[in-house]
Amino acid sequence: MQPINQVKGEYVRELVNKGIREGGRDLLEYRAIDVKHGMLPNAEGSAMVTIGNTKVLCGIKLDVGEPMRDKPNQGNLMTLAELLPLASADYEPGPPSPDSIELSRVVDRGIRAAGVIDLDALFIEEGKVWSVFIDIYVLNYDGNLFDAASLAAMTALSNCKLPKYENGEVIRGANLPKLPITNTVTSCTFAKMGNKVLLDPNGSEEAIMDGRLTIANDTENIVRSMQKGLHGAFSEQELDHLLDKTFEKSKELRDIISKSRSD
Amino acid sequence: MGGAGEMNATGNIPELIVNGKRLDGRAFDEMRPIKIVAGGLKNAAGSAYIEWGNNKILAAVYGPKEALPKHTQDPEKAVIKCRYSMAPFSSLEEHGRSGPNRRAIEISKVTREVFENVIIREDFPGSEIDIYVEVLQSDGGTRAAGITTAAVALATSGIPMTDLPYAVSVGKTGEHLILDLNKAEDNYSDADMPVAIGPRNDSILLLQMDGTLTKEEVMRGMSMIKKAGQTITKLQKEALRAPYESIMDRYK
Repeated sequence: MQPINQVKGEYVRELVNKGIREGGRDLLEYRAIDVKHGMLPNAEGSAMVTIGNTKVLCGIKLDVGEPMRDKPNQGNLMTLAELLPLASADYEPGPPSPDSIELSRVVDRGIRAAGVIDLDALFIEEGKVWSVFIDIYVLNYDGNLFDAASLAAMTALSNCKLPKYENGEVIRGANLPKLPITNTVTSCTFAKMGNKVLLDPNGSEEAIMDGRLTIANDTENIVRSMQKGLHGAFSEQELDHLLDKTFEKSKELRDIISKSRSD
Repeated sequence: MGGAGEMNATGNIPELIVNGKRLDGRAFDEMRPIKIVAGGLKNAAGSAYIEWGNNKILAAVYGPKEALPKHTQDPEKAVIKCRYSMAPFSSLEEHGRSGPNRRAIEISKVTREVFENVIIREDFPGSEIDIYVEVLQSDGGTRAAGITTAAVALATSGIPMTDLPYAVSVGKTGEHLILDLNKAEDNYSDADMPVAIGPRNDSILLLQMDGTLTKEEVMRGMSMIKKAGQTITKLQKEALRAPYESIMDRYK
């Protein structure tokens, strides 16, 4: 989170109390979202998501690995997030911060819980499975990394290639089948400020928000993961309302992903 | 418990409900037995110990004291530092690696955020309050049990709080919502939703979930948690009262 000066904070809070926001959007409206994919052909999957000034890149690699001992017939999924020092004056090089660990684990839980990847289809032979590495690279921070990261991961997965494994060798490159995808998951993140709740907080809103709630749902509007963050509390009525809002707003996000598939 | 929930060699998922009861004989909305002891660790400003089913967890609070290193200080309020950690010998499986893993770092963060809500931090500018949660034996639901214990530890320290939070999880197996998942249920259930509540106005202080739940199930799960919370709150308060009652008995 970026420390912004008190004046800016008070300005943003004043706006929100009036029900308006920087850039003139409504409390429950996303900033402009732009999604591109396939820009890194060396990676099996890639996507870049821009939400306002937030920019998140996702790269996916598949390697042959050993299955987990308790799941010998399933592929592996690993999600890591990097808050790169070039993304914000507040990010520093070093071991992963609790914020980056939380980001990657929340994105991972949504994908895993929704069964986005058919892990059974990643079995190669006894003792050998595909490991899917999802790497989230935050390139520019201006709030709402959760939705940007999950949208980038979902878009990259939707357009990800599945390499071949023949005679002990991994064959990568062009003309490969797509990684089988069996569900679509997206998340909506809300910020609580006083008694107001807003969707898709930007950087200056996140700097003064009291609480944060991320809800991930799939195509059937089944809730797949939730994560509350920060000290601020939510009431049961708010949760009820925000679940409905998530179902409503997630359609926009799923449309973006399905459009990327047909490109 | 023991091997009941362990996966067999073929990787089949064990049946979690048999004859309308759970593997350990509980009803769907029944918690495991909970025993809380307040105090116990003399050096700490406050401490508590819980036995929640087969979970055994210690919580201790140090501070308020000068926040160090200095750059972590907040001139307006105390900073809360929290470390949730599982002992390497705490699980039924192999020896765990020591040091915080990614899971523990996330749990430390969400636990800290629960107490940032209730501690009156403005009373202690520039200082830090440390909350330590040590899981000595684990059997599912340790983050919820840890929060419930840490709340008691904080209360014994005398650090002013606006509420006494509790936490418990709800999950789903098949079409049934089940309260307070143990390890086997946690491993093989269709959903898990740990929640911490500030009982004064039922505010949601921790909410995590993964799996498969409809909106109706999320809301029904919240009701189950609040109902269980009445029992947990009562046990927390009894634990806080107990040391003083034994003193009073002496003068009867």
